[in-house]
Amino acid sequence: MTRVTEPFAVASGSVLHPVNDKTSKLAGHGKEPTEPALTPLGSPPEPPVSPHGDEAIHTGPEFAVGEGDVRSAEAGEYVAGSSLWKDAWRRLLRNKLAVFGMIVVILLVVASLAGPTIIKRVTGYSYDLIPKEETLNKSFPPFRAADGSFSWTHPMGTDNAGRDILARVLSGGQISLMVALIATLVSLVIGISYGATAGYLGGRLDDLMMRIVDVLYSLPYVIIVIVLLALLPAKTPTGQLAELFIALGAVSWLTMARIVRGQVMSLKNQEFVLAARATGVSTTKIIFRHLVPNTLGPVIVYATLTVPTVMLSEAFLSFLGLGVRPPRVSWGSLAADGAQNLAIYPWQLIFPGLTMALMLFSLNFLGDGLRDALDPQMRRE
Amino acid sequence: MNAMSSNGKLLSVRNLRTYFETEDGLVKAVDGIEFELGRGETLGIVGESGSGKSVTSLSLMRLIPDPPGKIVAGEVKLNGDDLLKLSPAEIRDIRGKRIAMIFQDPMTSLNPFMRISKQLMEVTQLHLGHHRAQAYEHAIDMLEQVGIPDARARADGYPHELSGGMRQRVMIAMALSCQPELLIADEPTTALDVTIQAQILELIKRLKSDTGASVILITHDLGVVAGMTDHIVVMYAGKIFECAPTAELFAQPGNPYTHALLRSVPDPTAREQKLYQIPGLPPDLAHLPMGCPFAPRCERAEELCHREFPPFVKLTREHYSLCHFANEVYAQANAKPGK
Amino acid sequence: MLRFIIRRVIIIIPMLFIIVSLSWGLIRLAPGNFYTAEKKLAPSVEANLRQKYGLNKPWYVQYGRVLWNMARFDFGSSLKYEGQSVNQILLRAFPVSAALGLSAYLLALGVGITTGTLAALRQNSWIDYASMALAMIGISIPNFVLGPLLVLLFGLTLFWLPPALWDGFPSKSIVLPAITLSAIYIAYIARLTRSGMLEVMRSDYIRTARAKGLSESKVVTRHALRGGLLPVVSFSGPALAFLITGTVVVERVFALPGLGNYFINACFNRDEPLIIGIVAFIAISVLAFNLLVDIAYGFIDPRIRY
Repeated sequence: MTRVTEPFAVASGSVLHPVNDKTSKLAGHGKEPTEPALTPLGSPPEPPVSPHGDEAIHTGPEFAVGEGDVRSAEAGEYVAGSSLWKDAWRRLLRNKLAVFGMIVVILLVVASLAGPTIIKRVTGYSYDLIPKEETLNKSFPPFRAADGSFSWTHPMGTDNAGRDILARVLSGGQISLMVALIATLVSLVIGISYGATAGYLGGRLDDLMMRIVDVLYSLPYVIIVIVLLALLPAKTPTGQLAELFIALGAVSWLTMARIVRGQVMSLKNQEFVLAARATGVSTTKIIFRHLVPNTLGPVIVYATLTVPTVMLSEAFLSFLGLGVRPPRVSWGSLAADGAQNLAIYPWQLIFPGLTMALMLFSLNFLGDGLRDALDPQMRRE
Repeated sequence: MNAMSSNGKLLSVRNLRTYFETEDGLVKAVDGIEFELGRGETLGIVGESGSGKSVTSLSLMRLIPDPPGKIVAGEVKLNGDDLLKLSPAEIRDIRGKRIAMIFQDPMTSLNPFMRISKQLMEVTQLHLGHHRAQAYEHAIDMLEQVGIPDARARADGYPHELSGGMRQRVMIAMALSCQPELLIADEPTTALDVTIQAQILELIKRLKSDTGASVILITHDLGVVAGMTDHIVVMYAGKIFECAPTAELFAQPGNPYTHALLRSVPDPTAREQKLYQIPGLPPDLAHLPMGCPFAPRCERAEELCHREFPPFVKLTREHYSLCHFANEVYAQANAKPGK
Repeated sequence: MLRFIIRRVIIIIPMLFIIVSLSWGLIRLAPGNFYTAEKKLAPSVEANLRQKYGLNKPWYVQYGRVLWNMARFDFGSSLKYEGQSVNQILLRAFPVSAALGLSAYLLALGVGITTGTLAALRQNSWIDYASMALAMIGISIPNFVLGPLLVLLFGLTLFWLPPALWDGFPSKSIVLPAITLSAIYIAYIARLTRSGMLEVMRSDYIRTARAKGLSESKVVTRHALRGGLLPVVSFSGPALAFLITGTVVVERVFALPGLGNYFINACFNRDEPLIIGIVAFIAISVLAFNLLVDIAYGFIDPRIRY
């Protein structure tokens, strides 16, 4: 499930070239020595740089006009060094949806990290606290106390055992976030190393490595992951989580490897690489110290796409009972619990579900915004 | 629709203004253009990137994308009918039938997913009411006329199977399928090999004399217009800077910009020559300076030029120049030999 | 083209081999057995069970037997569902999943492509913003949340549609599951179509088509759609992998007797033959489908030559 990436940007001004291999075939077709390198669907030729400082007169893609010399200030390409990132940051901030997404994400993260502790102080409930009194061992709707009166104790109500749902949702957030981040990190590490190595070494080794990726890409090995996770005994929670990280990370590194390989291949013939080699820098250092940092743009974008995808994967695995096991909670397992009592106590599902949707929603907007902000550098690959 | 035009000219353009709304402000890509074209004549529109030449041609056919562009003023009369006043259905009727256009990059201007024959057939089926077999035969015929070898076999293929020069020929065939009165060629050879360029230009010349069409040839390359055109219009920053019959423009330019353009064409016969380049870069159309748009780069610019917009000076009956010092430049050009 | 197809078909065999071996290996390596899941058994009973299911033979013999049987398409009998052969179960469960998956994807294509095209043609209008916002929501709500919510609304509150269980096909019982499953695909396909169409509409050959005097609708349908939908076609391959996991969840939520549900149960029950059977089946289907998508792509884009 985590293999498919969302390849295109929503905003009109930029289109990220899809990562899926098929459409990249298009770029290679019909190239003639006499013709400028254009995308197969055509774009106007680029006019010369303007005299106005940073601003380059740039062909805006909106114009099907032969000239296109009418837009300026897409400064990214012509300015070297740190201002690339500053530019991207500025562009990101202009995108209101992305900023909204970023704020919500930050809020949710803070709430998940600090929330459970605060709640414990205020109401005394934690995610696994089952009240001793029997009368409290049932599911209350939000903001209601045992006798039906209004109460601040349980803003999201309680589950069947009387545990506070808000505390559980926030704790679940901790786990979901942690799994998502670490699994993404795993896939980043594997993907970057693999892709950069393949791209730099090139030749037969590269062919072989990419063949393997191709083969793995078409295996439905989420199925294997399910088998793996189902068969694991419910041992110590940490042990369980470790497998989960690895399993999830192992599924999503493929596309990252492809992206990084593509970037490295286009970078490796540049002069700074030659210079490094001429001064005797070792291959590993070249790959990791010189080339990889320059691939950060697409890597960041893909990473922000991977996080919500992995989060979703963890959630549905937990929903099926394969992911996070009790007593730990994640949004997925909360949804599973809630789904059972849907008819009678719908809030048990609604709150975890909506929280998760909100998180994914914001992450996606943020990801889109990042992609647009970084896009001018990642022209049509 | 065949009304007699007011002065026997095929095309008459008056005060054409096409503006674009961009993030940076209002860009006046074409700002008050006027020219005429007689039947069977070839007009060259010459200018650097950003001068407005392509926007002009797209404006004639009303192909300007509506946001962000808009033809805000002007009159474009084709045989007396003002194209800018026609309804969308009427202008669609004219496109491809009475005016046709070929574009710069034949690789991307042909639909890569459609057979060549089909792309040609579309035009005649639409405008001439051909049925399938008729359109097909006509398509083959056109392909042969433009010099595609083995046309019948090629017709069922796809554009990517042809070379650049061949594709441009296909575009020409497509454009001339309905025998238009006017053919607009927007940088038809820029994306092609030098050797192919000459062939394509010859082809256009031949077809033009065969069909009696008028041609507007848009290019940045003076060499291209030299042998092809009757009149030339030089554009810069959305305005016409000079217009004159071709021979006269080359022999005796009346505008510093034209003069500079001519100077920058390298002369292989001159002994020791530093390559001349017009200093500076084309202006930012969203923020044009006061006064003459070329003043920042002009060798003869004086204080007046930066302050006041130059007049459109009539030098001879058919030769005009936009410059404060048009007459001087014109006279000086006469005194100096060559270029 | 033919050689390409043959090559791809041949590759299926080693891939299948890998997948099945992996699955089998995992099942064997994991502690516990299908019969220990429930209660502790007396040693003699256990010995008998092992004998019956051939578990007392060395591992390579068992492995060989599994492969040999697979080659004959004989996956044995289910360990959990007494008396039913795996093939029987597969035949019963597959149509359910297929009906679900197919309806969901067709729905996704229909709604997604239409919405995406409209959004692209009316860029920056309210249609555009509204549909992209909806698409974003579709991507963000997990199917195991959307499903129950839809059930809550349409099944338990409005009583328009059945909340769960399978009623054969075609019947109302497929509606909510199909919608739930398709939601995320509608979103992805709408976005892909929109950006694909936007890119195509900016291209030079569309300008040429307009210059020929074609009406805007002809320009879109005859010239733009084909190129603009290419990303959707290439998305369909990997989408199937998505779809399978989605089907698993949806079948769980709605208690549908499809492959996904059987698969999860088999995993929990350590029902080895059933697991292997379903895995092999899914693997073949996915590989075959991917091949079909690649072939379709080759037909649509004449520049691709295999």
